[in-house]
Amino acid sequence: MMDTFAALAHGMAVAMQPMNLLYALIGVFLGTAVGVLPGIGPALTVALLLPVTYKLDPGGSLIMFAGIYYGGMYGGSTTAILINTPGESASMATALEGNKMAKAGRGGPALATSAIGSFVAGTIATIGLAFLAPWLVDFAVRFGPEDYFALMCVAFVTVSATFGDSPVRGLTSLFIGLTLGLVGIDKLTGQARLAIGIPELLDGVEVTTLAVGLFAVGEALFVASRRHHAEEKLEPVRGSLWMTREDWRRSWKPWLRGTLFGFPIGALPAGGAEIPTFLSYSTERRLTKHPEEFGKGAIEGVAGPEAANNASAAGTLVPLLTLGLPTSATAAMMLAGFQQYGLNPGPLLFAERPDLVWGLIASLFIANGMLLVLNLPLVGLWVRLLAIPQPWLYAGILVFATMGTIAAKPSVVELSMLAAFGVMGFLMRRFDFPIAPVVIGLILGPIAESQLRRALAISLGDPMVLLQSPMSATLLGIALIALAAPFVLRGLGRFKANED
Amino acid sequence: MISSRMRLFGAVVALLLGASGPAPAQQLELKLMAPAAPGGGWDQTARSMQQALVASGIARSVQVTNVPGAGGSIGIAQFVNGAKGDGNQMMVNGFVMVGALAMNKSPVTLDQVTPIARLTEEIQAIVVPANSPLKTAQDLAAAVKADIAKVTFAGGSAGGVDHVMAALFAGTVGADAKKINYIPFSGGGESLAAILGGKVTAGISGLSEYDGQIKAGKLRALGVTSAQRLPGVDIPTFKEQGIELVLANWRSVVAPPGITPEQRKALGDAVEKMVKSDAWKDILKQKGWDDAYLGGDAFADFLKKEITRVTEVLKSVGLVKS
Repeated sequence: MMDTFAALAHGMAVAMQPMNLLYALIGVFLGTAVGVLPGIGPALTVALLLPVTYKLDPGGSLIMFAGIYYGGMYGGSTTAILINTPGESASMATALEGNKMAKAGRGGPALATSAIGSFVAGTIATIGLAFLAPWLVDFAVRFGPEDYFALMCVAFVTVSATFGDSPVRGLTSLFIGLTLGLVGIDKLTGQARLAIGIPELLDGVEVTTLAVGLFAVGEALFVASRRHHAEEKLEPVRGSLWMTREDWRRSWKPWLRGTLFGFPIGALPAGGAEIPTFLSYSTERRLTKHPEEFGKGAIEGVAGPEAANNASAAGTLVPLLTLGLPTSATAAMMLAGFQQYGLNPGPLLFAERPDLVWGLIASLFIANGMLLVLNLPLVGLWVRLLAIPQPWLYAGILVFATMGTIAAKPSVVELSMLAAFGVMGFLMRRFDFPIAPVVIGLILGPIAESQLRRALAISLGDPMVLLQSPMSATLLGIALIALAAPFVLRGLGRFKANED
Repeated sequence: MISSRMRLFGAVVALLLGASGPAPAQQLELKLMAPAAPGGGWDQTARSMQQALVASGIARSVQVTNVPGAGGSIGIAQFVNGAKGDGNQMMVNGFVMVGALAMNKSPVTLDQVTPIARLTEEIQAIVVPANSPLKTAQDLAAAVKADIAKVTFAGGSAGGVDHVMAALFAGTVGADAKKINYIPFSGGGESLAAILGGKVTAGISGLSEYDGQIKAGKLRALGVTSAQRLPGVDIPTFKEQGIELVLANWRSVVAPPGITPEQRKALGDAVEKMVKSDAWKDILKQKGWDDAYLGGDAFADFLKKEITRVTEVLKSVGLVKS
């Protein structure tokens, strides 16, 4: 433990060198910028910068990459909250409540709680990275396909939190998403499914294309169609621009809970950032003292997922640094960055190059602080965006969404998909179907399917493998309880009512 | 617009950091397609070529474009149709594309492109967790022969080089390759976790992917696929253990169809010059790639043989319907 402190202090000294501070600043600035643009993520940015940084010293460029990574996570949530366009799939849960808050004139507090929540979560998770990494990685490696499947089951149960009023409509949306998830080459047998002969579809439906189409394009069409009925008045600021005491009181617990979801799941080799954000969202929805606000802009629904999002980014670095396992596109690019300097992340990196590893971890703290300083003053500026007249704002969003999609994948098919999903999003809004379950289905469906099939292939077709692993059995139990609890409680309630 | 802004920013950063100035002017202006997303092996190969070609003054400018999708099927289709007869374009490709094209029933095949040269290769390894009872490749062979379904192999995507290798291993030791229990994972990372966690019998991947874990004593390598022992690799080959399994994950560069013999020679010469440059050698050392340069007709021959071999294996495991 003392060793860790000493190493961290040494790392701080490395990261605090003026040049390294400059790299961190460049990194967080770039990261925020690309995070704001839908479609252009941190992975692409790091890929483009890799050849440029070839001449830099390894410490400096890795510090910059880490800044980009954390910055991207911040930027993605800004657009999610303000214009309902998640910059990346991990900010989708943020858009659910965040955009409702922005429309109610509470964009300021929403942005603030997301920035501060990200800072808190990022800091706690980075401490976790520094102290728990070796222990956590053992746990992560033991997490097998059957355990992932069980985790997906838990996630599926929580989807219902996003259903809105009608479970039937929610399930319909979910199944649309699951069907879209089937499109493309089957990962286990290499056969094409539902690709209808279009080669571009062999890679499946891109989550960002679906999310941007449904959320941003669909919303723009919907607003345009309603314009002559009743014009929605958007007030950029209603009440305080900053978080009130009440906001703080309602935010701090979700921040901590979000961190607890994000960090360990992010550390799993196939965990990702989306699942913890949704788990956090549904948890907050269940625990809140203001259930009536959910769906209309509850601050807990922003604070929790944002914290989970950033904590999972730190979690991703656990397997990267200790095993050399890149578990996200950005992590893969950072791995390429390491290799560019002849460094192989893995069990030996901590022993061979402690200066580098601890410098990187220390610079994560610094990047986090910088992001907070960079983002909080911008809140006032960002919310002014909402004062733009609606036709202009939504035209801008359409341009933005289209550009982002083309930048990520320059193809006619991709653009047509964006348009089709936009129309679908419009129709779903028009006929009152919830949108989030579609995207969740697309994310969770393929993971659940391939993990289950992997588990069964390894066990030679014996389904008992799902119950033999203690982890999997526990998670399945949690899923079952979460599924049954509402019915049981309602039954009990009725029972009590009868007694009275 | 965004990417140009990014590039501009990159240039500013490079200036700030005092990167080396522009290379001496030359007449070649090349376009190089990486039929994959930024960051993967083909993209890194293309960007390394860009770096070496410009730094050593062989080309004045090299523009890398990414056309991702379906294991390169999208990229090659665009390349064959869009760049026909253009002597200033090339595309990076490799072993994985052979299988992907066959499995995706791509209308465009590698017979249509003009082969230029093989550039690099990476040898493959089979590993087991350190506590596995299997000590040698022959132990694994015996296990495979005893009950092939019970031996689970973890590796990369279905139909990729790891999958082909699992099938070849089973076939070579005399088991029924059709029955291999191969479990594909997306990318080396996830499969590594499954191997370390003891979820599968053995793992297959490029040696570099496992190197750190082998040195740290968490994985044991049963064998590598090179023909002879490579310098610096202290792992027996399959061949010396009596199993005829020689294979490498190669990457190469090709030109569009319909170019003139002069154009083909010019591109071939440029690539040959690049391979001999110090800049390229530095990159190979950094990235840990093995030089596997094979130019001209020899490469064309090699490519044809690999296509036949891979397609046969994929048919035998039922991934490609004949």
